[in-house]
Amino acid sequence: MRKVFALLCVVGVFASSAAFATPASDALLAKYKSEGASKFDAAKAKKDWSKEVKGEDGTISCSTCHGSDFTKSGEHHKTRKVIEPMSARVNAERYTDEKKIEKWFKRNCKDTWGRECTAQEKGDFLTFLLAQ
Amino acid sequence: MQMKSKIAALLSGLLLVNGIAVAEENLVEAIVTPLRQKEVRPVDNKQYKDECGSCHFAYQPGLLPGKSWEKLLNEKALTEHFGENAELDKDVLANIRDYALANAADKSYWKRARKIAVSTEGVEAPLRITEVRYIKRKHHDIPEKMIKGNKDVKSLSYCDACHTQASKGVFDEDTVKIPNYPDWDD
Repeated sequence: MRKVFALLCVVGVFASSAAFATPASDALLAKYKSEGASKFDAAKAKKDWSKEVKGEDGTISCSTCHGSDFTKSGEHHKTRKVIEPMSARVNAERYTDEKKIEKWFKRNCKDTWGRECTAQEKGDFLTFLLAQ
Repeated sequence: MQMKSKIAALLSGLLLVNGIAVAEENLVEAIVTPLRQKEVRPVDNKQYKDECGSCHFAYQPGLLPGKSWEKLLNEKALTEHFGENAELDKDVLANIRDYALANAADKSYWKRARKIAVSTEGVEAPLRITEVRYIKRKHHDIPEKMIKGNKDVKSLSYCDACHTQASKGVFDEDTVKIPNYPDWDD
């Protein structure tokens, strides 16, 4: 009985860590792996999230528009358009559409870092964001 | 004889006008839509609304002539869309571009769109709606402090900051509410 309980706990922990994974995010992570990414590193993504890069007016990072509280909405630094929270816990629509995720990775990496992100970087970010 | 030719000219003129109207907008729809004569056609394409509207107010195609949309909505232009990367997948871009061109100011019979079409005729295609002469004229008597100097407006490009019915394509003065200036009346 105790063994079953322990097993259930393990399963529970495992399931909750991937609670916000979606078919779309699973497919993308697999795709990034196939494109040469190795183990995804959420800690690196966390650092990258607030890495300031020189932009047109001052410096810019992911958090400039998205903020760093993922349960709250952000605001685009130019258009002021509200950006819905990044956390799937409060925003169930997040990470459910493969095309949408790729579209925004492409645009936002180019706008913020001036280049496309690598498969590794995208996988790191996605893993990090799914856990928020 | 002269009378006859006058009548003929009048008739052919009428036919021409009708011909254009039928060609460019469904006549039945035009008659039963009471706002047709006044405003701009609201956006009725979900993809256009979603894609454009995810970053800014989804400006109605009738706010710019086709020649402007052609310059704005192509692969190259969208990589540098007013300083932002707004790249779209080829098929999505094609749909959005087709929709914008089909409903551009110069293809529309909605009155405000017609005015925009006329005011952009024979001039270089404006890239910004705020550069359209008609739009400029309509806003030129509003003091700068109410737009640029107004923290809740900032720029003319945020249509819906003051035009409370903007998303319905209605830009009538009666629907305007300038934030922080409740007493403003044109």
